[in-house]
Amino acid sequence: MPPDAPLLAAQNLAKHYKVRGGGVLRAVDGVDLTVRAGDTHALVGESGCGKTTLGRLILRLVEPTTGSIRFRGEDLLALKPEAMRRMRRHLSVIFQDPYGSLDPRMTVAEIVGEPLRIFGQGTRAERRARVEALLAQVGLTPAHATRHPHEFSGGQRQRIGIARALALEPDLVVCDEPVSALDVSIQAQIINLLQDLQQSHGLTYLFVAHDLSVVRHIADRVSVMYLGRVVEEAPKAALFAAPRHPYTRALLAAVPQPKPGAPPPVPLAGEVPSPLNPPSGCRFRTRCPVAVARCAEDDPALRELAAGHRVACHLAEA
Amino acid sequence: MAVEAAVAPLAPPRRFPTLRRLFRHRLFLIGLVLFGTMVVLALGAELIAPHAPARMQFRMRFRPPGEGFLLGTDNFGRDILSRLVFGARLSLGIGFAVVLVTGIAGTIIGLAAGYFRRVDEPLMRAMDALMAFPAVMLALAIAAALGPSAVNAVIALSVVYIPRTARIVRASVLVVREMEYVQAALAFGGRHLWILWRHVLPNSLAPLIVQLTFIFAYAVLAESILSFLGVGPPPPTPTWGNMIAEGKDYIREAWWIAMWPGLAICLTVLGLNLLGDGLRDVLDPRLKVQQG
Repeated sequence: MPPDAPLLAAQNLAKHYKVRGGGVLRAVDGVDLTVRAGDTHALVGESGCGKTTLGRLILRLVEPTTGSIRFRGEDLLALKPEAMRRMRRHLSVIFQDPYGSLDPRMTVAEIVGEPLRIFGQGTRAERRARVEALLAQVGLTPAHATRHPHEFSGGQRQRIGIARALALEPDLVVCDEPVSALDVSIQAQIINLLQDLQQSHGLTYLFVAHDLSVVRHIADRVSVMYLGRVVEEAPKAALFAAPRHPYTRALLAAVPQPKPGAPPPVPLAGEVPSPLNPPSGCRFRTRCPVAVARCAEDDPALRELAAGHRVACHLAEA
Repeated sequence: MAVEAAVAPLAPPRRFPTLRRLFRHRLFLIGLVLFGTMVVLALGAELIAPHAPARMQFRMRFRPPGEGFLLGTDNFGRDILSRLVFGARLSLGIGFAVVLVTGIAGTIIGLAAGYFRRVDEPLMRAMDALMAFPAVMLALAIAAALGPSAVNAVIALSVVYIPRTARIVRASVLVVREMEYVQAALAFGGRHLWILWRHVLPNSLAPLIVQLTFIFAYAVLAESILSFLGVGPPPPTPTWGNMIAEGKDYIREAWWIAMWPGLAICLTVLGLNLLGDGLRDVLDPRLKVQQG
């Protein structure tokens, strides 16, 4: 792997589901995604835009319909099942639901130690020491190791999930809305924990989220998704300072401002079209405030308008 | 690395919460006592039986329950109490063997069908085919074809109850396999067998245990039917079904010959059903019938 190659590079990734009655649901429809080592790359968009599916595609928990994924210089989709399984030690995940993602019949020690056991790492005693170290890193104590998940609060459970995600010292952690199921007061703790761990472990995050204030806090780069496509991708600062795509602008405008006297957010008109039957041309044109005739005909490709700032809109200008 | 104090102290753990709840369930306790008594009788048959179960004393035929013969004697002058406890050993033994075979085979088939969707169709259609026959008719046909013996009765009854068990297991596997912790185990490199053994099986067990309790009851009942109809273990082996079959001709003169084994079957099945209800209420509360 060349030194400056990205850790993860997905190209033209798509997942189409055949639907009863003959339709095709385009959950993810041709996405390019490049994540550099050490970055936190956020995927944002409304619910149903395909961001979670994209995360699952990267993890190969869902098999893509088309596309390629390069991870650590290897073509993930070409790996045979056993080779893919071994690759999973470098690829980790934190789930959204801290209740469903922990086996209720296991103790915390079994949950956190499961990846170690799966990969046959260490002796029983070494694994136990490792589990205790992991628990300490996420702010739990060894006394918690013998408890079951139902004895913990949502935030504590998410810490257990994070400890498990770090057990094998992965390179990339797909964080699938890791804080959106938590109380606001707990969210900040978990976000800070994730940031601390990123520094101490040299982690790369693919951070799926719909909460822009969380993204603004944690992300280095942001990809904005709409109806299975990436419509804008930029460094965080550029994206929040000068969004180019009308959808990104609408998304940012919808964030409530805590300032007194700030203008109330202007919601977008209409609903997200069905991914079963996306609009012709630009996917966003049906709700776009600046759409022109061309948008119904040409499907805009991502264009690089400034260094590292790519937009899929005919009207966006450098 | 400094991490803020994240966690409030937990309440001390309560040990064995499931057992606690079971022992607070009154019907479960009654079932436990009934079934437990039968198991004790079966296990301690040698100690309890005052006579050898096959010993015939022709001068003592048709003795009513009373002195010398607590439950009376049958048409060959055999002690009914002795036959009853040795019969318990065989009847419960056959029931337990059926539960064991059914539990293992049904679990394997149900796990495979629920988890590996490609084998689901063929496996479940085969199970449906078996379930299309009335249970006792099928058992009767198999036992008659194999010949009368205890082992063949176990085989016949297992074939009958495996499809029901497989269905129950498959249904819970279909739910559990969609749980996010299964996705998590896959994401962390777990092989399918690992996931089945560590996650899917333990989380699918509750309805299976409940179902197996009921199957135990059905098997005891069905075994007596087979014996009664003459395709169970052959006479003079004491099984409850055999005893009823032999007693039925004298029911008007000597009611006790058929009644005691009948009562034993009743109490065993009642006990097992109460156990099953209690287990279901505690282990699998979603199935609980709403009580007004």
